[in-house]
Amino acid sequence: MDLYEYQGKELFRLLEIPVPDGRAASTAAEARDAAEGLGGQVVVKAQVLTGGRGKAGGIKPADGPAEAESRAEEILGLNINGHVVRRLWVERASEVAREYYLSVTFDRGEKKPLFMLTREGGVDIEEVAASTPEKVARLHVEPLTGFQPFEARWLCFAAGITEPGEMKQVVDIIKKLRGGFSALDAMLLEINPLIVTPEGEVRALDAKVTIDDNALYRHSRIAEGQASEDGDPQERMARERGVTYVKLDGEIGVLGNGAGLVMSTLDVVGQAGGRPANFCDLGGGAQADSVVSALEVITSDRSVRGIVFNIFGGITRGDEVARGLLEALDRLTIDLPIVVRLDGTLAEAGRALLAERAPQNVYVESTMLAAAGRVVELAS
Amino acid sequence: MAIIVDERTRVVVQGITGREGQFHAMRNRAYGTAVVAGVTPGKGGADVEGVPVFDSVRAAVAETNPNTAMVFVPAPFAADAIFEAVDAGIETVICITEGIPAHDMLRVYSHIRPRGVRLIGPNCPGVLSPGKANVGIIPAEIFSEGSVGLVSRSGTLTYQIGHELTQLGIGQSSIVGIGGDPVVGSSFIDILQLFEADRETEIVIMVGEIGGAEEEKAAAFIAERMAKPAVSYIAGFSAPPGKTMGHAGAIISGTSGTAQAKAEALRAHGVQVGANPTEAAQLVAAIAGAAT
Repeated sequence: MDLYEYQGKELFRLLEIPVPDGRAASTAAEARDAAEGLGGQVVVKAQVLTGGRGKAGGIKPADGPAEAESRAEEILGLNINGHVVRRLWVERASEVAREYYLSVTFDRGEKKPLFMLTREGGVDIEEVAASTPEKVARLHVEPLTGFQPFEARWLCFAAGITEPGEMKQVVDIIKKLRGGFSALDAMLLEINPLIVTPEGEVRALDAKVTIDDNALYRHSRIAEGQASEDGDPQERMARERGVTYVKLDGEIGVLGNGAGLVMSTLDVVGQAGGRPANFCDLGGGAQADSVVSALEVITSDRSVRGIVFNIFGGITRGDEVARGLLEALDRLTIDLPIVVRLDGTLAEAGRALLAERAPQNVYVESTMLAAAGRVVELAS
Repeated sequence: MAIIVDERTRVVVQGITGREGQFHAMRNRAYGTAVVAGVTPGKGGADVEGVPVFDSVRAAVAETNPNTAMVFVPAPFAADAIFEAVDAGIETVICITEGIPAHDMLRVYSHIRPRGVRLIGPNCPGVLSPGKANVGIIPAEIFSEGSVGLVSRSGTLTYQIGHELTQLGIGQSSIVGIGGDPVVGSSFIDILQLFEADRETEIVIMVGEIGGAEEEKAAAFIAERMAKPAVSYIAGFSAPPGKTMGHAGAIISGTSGTAQAKAEALRAHGVQVGANPTEAAQLVAAIAGAAT
């Protein structure tokens, strides 16, 4: 789960990583109050889960409460890469002498946390990493040992951060990131930029935090804040109903049992000349209730012109799958063509059941390729 | 021979009194696998359809001498269960549980790797050696005995490919689901190495999906270290960048990790890649046909 900047900064504050003072706001009036409380120059920042906020006009300085209010009015409602701004973070403006980049991420290849530190922080960090990788200090750390100061010193020396006062502060932040990374079950903690003020103070000007979805049960406070957040309407509906669904931009609705099989189904729909409208995984079986929820989410997307339902019966037998599907179709009114591909254990019995009892808009196929071809043909 | 599980496998099922644990333990036993014990803390002394239940893995080991643990314990307690199995001297752990926090698995992996313990999973369907043993949730009826080794990150997609092979009359030596999580105990390369050394396996099929770089590493391994022919299938060509498709591991970041990049790496190393499961099975059949 990706967190907003303001949530990330709250966590940083708990970890005692220095961040500028700031307050969240969801109206222009709240932004004004926030600026008044903070005093002096502030920065009004759009809270969206996408990059490029600054370039899109989502980050603006303001000199005092009145200006903060009008900047907030400009930013609220902005559409940044498909994300509508509904919340702001108003923080005290920082003077910036230098911009660094510091992160710790989960390197699944090495199966170790990976720290990265460079003095070339700021907006074009990916460009820096690609064109001048030697400027980015990288260090894998041992998961079982806990923080060791040499790791942080090594990173600083390798990145060219050698001024003693500055280095001491960066080492301290690395130590706190290391502890927070495991304590928060984070997949990513990223500070870009990590700034140095003209007075030599180091602090985090931004916060990108991703928490492992599988570990949210032990971070209930973080999980709560996110439950009702915005996003695509179909994806929100899916979340509410516990359906594993990802919105895509085609016209063929796809559902099946098992993530790998569904991904493979998206591919064969593409090979048949169609474009998948979504990814939807029912998990192991195909009980009527979950099929109903999934079909409701899929058909709420108006661009869907046909649906392919790919089920491989393993332990869940084909005839049980067919009964679940028939029950689901009974409870819904769907006019779109639905192509069902049922294969695996007792698939013939299941297909026979469907052929006998399913409504007219349901077509039954025995192979994935035939089903994909059929649904593309019916949807065009 | 087959790999990981065979006639010598003796299984202790951790979480045997749970619904899933019991159901699959009984299925595995019905297949002919020696399910010798179960463990559920607090239920020692009970039995599940004749399988004795112990309070700890140590107690189960002392009484019934298992060499393999199958973990069905719920995600919040699964890492602890794996540590317990390893502490009791179990050499092979097959963890079916899905949803285990990645940091838990990071600690498990770092602890067991230097000890030489073999961990399959988590979030995997297990291992089946047709005609010999089934440890996990793979529906054995779809598969048949033969000489094709199958290794996969996915569940139902594995069954799909096995089904396609079986329909073409091609049996399998072992089917290994390594799981789709960010941290899994065994990589493609670990399993390919076992297949290469296995006398019963003649051809290997590797089923991958988007995310990570394991398929790319496996491609180099196949080219440099394997004499046996290998075929591959990769799912996720239509997956847009930056979206997660159900498996925690199947995340694309930037250009690396895409299905396209994986298929290209495999082809560049001389591995044939099927465009869909049917074609992948046909490629295996063509190699098998040429060999006979």
